[in-house]
Amino acid sequence: MAKSIDVSDLNIYYSDFLAVEGVNMTIKARSVTALIGPSGCGKSTFLRTLNRMHEVIPGARVEGKVMVGGQSLYDSDVDPVEVRRMVGMVFQRPNPFPTMSIYENVLAGVRLNSKRISKSDADALVEKSLQGANLWNEVKERLNKPGMGLSGGQQQRLCIARAIAVEPEILLMDEPCSALDPISTSAVEDLIHELKEQYTIVIVTHNMQQAARVSEDTAFFNLAATGKPGKLIEMNPTKKIFSVPDEEATEAYISGRFG
Amino acid sequence: MTTELSAPPTSKPLRSIKQPRLPKQAPLIAVAVAVAAGALLGLSLGWGLAPIVVLAGLLYVIGLTVWSRIVETPRAATDRLITSLVWVSLIIALIPLVSLLTTVITKGAPAITGTFLSTSMRGVISGPGGINHAIIGTLLITLGATVMAVPIGLLTAVYLVEYGQGSRLAGAIRFLIDVMTGIPSIVAGLFAYALFSLILGPGTFFGFGGSVALTILMIPIVVRSSEEMLKLVPSDLREASYALGVPKWRTILKVVVPTAMAGIITGITLAIARVIGETAPLVIAAGVTDSINTNLFSGQMTSLPVFVYNSYSNPGSEVDVAVQMAWGAALVLIVIVMGLNILARVLGKILSPKTGH
Repeated sequence: MAKSIDVSDLNIYYSDFLAVEGVNMTIKARSVTALIGPSGCGKSTFLRTLNRMHEVIPGARVEGKVMVGGQSLYDSDVDPVEVRRMVGMVFQRPNPFPTMSIYENVLAGVRLNSKRISKSDADALVEKSLQGANLWNEVKERLNKPGMGLSGGQQQRLCIARAIAVEPEILLMDEPCSALDPISTSAVEDLIHELKEQYTIVIVTHNMQQAARVSEDTAFFNLAATGKPGKLIEMNPTKKIFSVPDEEATEAYISGRFG
Repeated sequence: MTTELSAPPTSKPLRSIKQPRLPKQAPLIAVAVAVAAGALLGLSLGWGLAPIVVLAGLLYVIGLTVWSRIVETPRAATDRLITSLVWVSLIIALIPLVSLLTTVITKGAPAITGTFLSTSMRGVISGPGGINHAIIGTLLITLGATVMAVPIGLLTAVYLVEYGQGSRLAGAIRFLIDVMTGIPSIVAGLFAYALFSLILGPGTFFGFGGSVALTILMIPIVVRSSEEMLKLVPSDLREASYALGVPKWRTILKVVVPTAMAGIITGITLAIARVIGETAPLVIAAGVTDSINTNLFSGQMTSLPVFVYNSYSNPGSEVDVAVQMAWGAALVLIVIVMGLNILARVLGKILSPKTGH
């Protein structure tokens, strides 16, 4: 099910502004890859190109190639909607749909695409997804209550449940824990550990310990100065990055000498 | 060599956080004193009610401020001055509203009877008739206008917010909508009349013509209010939906519009309330009749405002009866508008996003 991602010579633009330059990267299937780097270096921008979400912003475009499981994402006959069904995403701020109950939120991907689903299948899918997101035990008594009534950490896990309910092959996470307290963070991190059995996960994080805890590989992005494009400085197994990185800049960032 | 010890720093006196304050009931006392003084002075000079009220208001604002300035701090005095001005403005703003409502209710309520609401003016030669035909006309013409204006207005707003951002076309549409807001209602009526005269021959009066005229007046209000509401929907929700592989049109239909639904409905109700009282365009486009007409597309149709206008301008032989019926019809119109507003509030409550608390 899970697929690997191959990125080659990727340039990302906002109108004329080159935001990220020349990224070459291979992301392994069924593993967690962390993207780290200072603010504004293009980690999130890069992440959003992996499911063509960045083109939601007017003027955003890319040059280069992104291959997912051997299929190029940016061929002219590719439907971005299909790409997003294959590559799910969890955002920085929990964003459950305010008009929907917990149950409907989990089913949103199915219902909004008006796929027919029987009541028993729907119940099973909701339970499976919520259990997958470690939320089932907390909400099983109140599935018909609004999703906005949950705490921040629960909302974020609800969003993860919503993302995995459409059964994507890859899960992108854009700083999923930055709005959460340590206990909720640890719940989400445990979840990431379990999810990598089935999914390829790419996570953007500002928290170096988190990158060290959850990921197999780490990619470090940096930019020379504000206004200059962000670049991939180094990508290596997480253990190597946090002990003997190849690049001077990586070590400086990780040891806290800058950034 | 003598060393001079510097004087030990004088310990600062503890800064007091207490200030003299007027008693809690000070504004009430000031109102009482101002009213009493105003009445005494005004009556002794033989003034009427209005100058006495104005004088009492002035005395209240000045008196409370001066009193506060003497007892309290300058900041408190300014606070008292502005607070009194805000209260006085509120009362001034409420005067016409209250006066209008009491007048309409006291003059209109006696006219309202079962026959008044259930019969028309057909064949009424003497004595009061009914306004059933005008109620039906108002409801049908407004319903026709709503059915046309809401889809056009809502879809335009969706285009402006979701598809046309930053485009020239959207800018042009916004400009035209603003121009439309300023169209005098009688021009809208003339437009509808001229349109159907060209299509169906001169002298065509029917309810649908009135609906078209009201539609022209409603569209800009619906567009503007819906646009503001759609803009308030956080882009997070749109992105969350896209990330689930939901196409844009479904995202708009199932996520964006439902989230903004409460506000959109309020905007639509305000638009209806705005056009339901229109008289001039309906006189021109829908005509006048004494009979019940339930067909929007054929025959003249009277609405409540037109009925009020006609009863007042052509009262016939029994002027008192006609004028009282006009008041009664005005009261019914106000009740209908109020009913719509309450309905909108209830719908807004039901449809607004749930917080779960």
